[in-house]
Amino acid sequence: MTDEFSRPPVAPVPVLRLGDVLLVTLQGDLHDSTAEQLQQDITERIGSSGATGVVIDISGIEIVDSFLGRVLAEIAAKAGLLAARTVVAGMRPAVAITLVEMGLTLPGLRTALNTEAALHLLGDPARSGSAVPRPGRR
Amino acid sequence: MPEHEAEARQGSPAREVGVFLRRRREQIAQRWADEPLFRAVFTVSRDEAVEAGRTVADALAEVATAERVVDPEAAGFTLVREQLARMAASRARAGLGTAQVSREVDALRPPVVDLLVADLADAPAGRLRECESALTVLLGTLRLVVLETALSEGEALIDRQRLQLLEVATPVIKLWDGIVAVPLIGTLDSARSQVVMETLLEAVVDQQARYAILDITGVPTVDSLVAQHLMKTVAAARLMGAECVVSGIRPAIAQTIVHLGLDLGTVVTRASLADALAHALHRLGADIVHASSGGAGSR
Repeated sequence: MTDEFSRPPVAPVPVLRLGDVLLVTLQGDLHDSTAEQLQQDITERIGSSGATGVVIDISGIEIVDSFLGRVLAEIAAKAGLLAARTVVAGMRPAVAITLVEMGLTLPGLRTALNTEAALHLLGDPARSGSAVPRPGRR
Repeated sequence: MPEHEAEARQGSPAREVGVFLRRRREQIAQRWADEPLFRAVFTVSRDEAVEAGRTVADALAEVATAERVVDPEAAGFTLVREQLARMAASRARAGLGTAQVSREVDALRPPVVDLLVADLADAPAGRLRECESALTVLLGTLRLVVLETALSEGEALIDRQRLQLLEVATPVIKLWDGIVAVPLIGTLDSARSQVVMETLLEAVVDQQARYAILDITGVPTVDSLVAQHLMKTVAAARLMGAECVVSGIRPAIAQTIVHLGLDLGTVVTRASLADALAHALHRLGADIVHASSGGAGSR
């Protein structure tokens, strides 16, 4: 955010719209300015499109710091004010352990194993399950 | 021989003891072979015991010649360290405590001192006393080396077993599609709970499990630290999109948790593993019904 750091040529994180849901895929390092831009993009898109859900896929993120935790919590809070629910999908074990060790349990955030599960969760809030699972399918 | 002794006399007492040990190596080894330490370890043949005694005597002579009688790290000891460890381990297996092994090593001293006194009978009294004291110190150091080696063997064993325990004690079991369980057994410390947390979360990703059951039936006591680890695991699983169920909390442990004032309010708990499984299945939409009572469900 400060000007003495030369801003790297990072493309803004794309926000895709799938029906009533906005899909954001985070990968690699999240730069301060990119994060700021992303938060702004998401709130604007919710406002313009009337989306009711936001899915943030972070399966591509292997290293986490408190900044990312705060960004996720803030996106959820802003989306919540606009009546959209936020689901974080695909968090890796190492990232989850790090966040918990830092004391960031993100209580207000919904989570899902992967993007598909997240879309299910948003699509059918009453019954968050998928089809009846059977053993030995895998 | 006379000029040899004269040369030795000129050196320090430690050096003289070294010369004496080399000279009397054979007699010392023969006498040591009759001592309980060697006799009990080398039961096959007396020659073996004598050979072992020779090796130890040589090592002691080298240490004495290097004038490092008080140093258990002296280079001379490294040669016999393994043999001493074997002897100490063999005595320990026979049920002897550390103090008893120590006493047996100490029993090696009188025969050597007797030989030294006989050898230096014509030396001045002061010189004899110096040499005797150097020899006593040297054998004391030997005792220390034996005990230290035995202890480090024990520590290595404990380390090995701890690693084995870490590997063995945390299996992740797949109970159903999307449901994994970890039966925890034994006392949880930080290292173990860390391993449990990592393996459970890895399994959640690998099997895409929506429910993870932590069964603590086999955990004898729960203190605030263990409870904290449980909470951390539950929180981490939730962040990944899985729900954690803690099962098998016994009445005594439930009381402890309440007495400690720990708040497990955010954690889903069930009395037994079966209840936890039923809960997870129900949430997945796969209820279990008895064929006789339900009937309609089978079709």
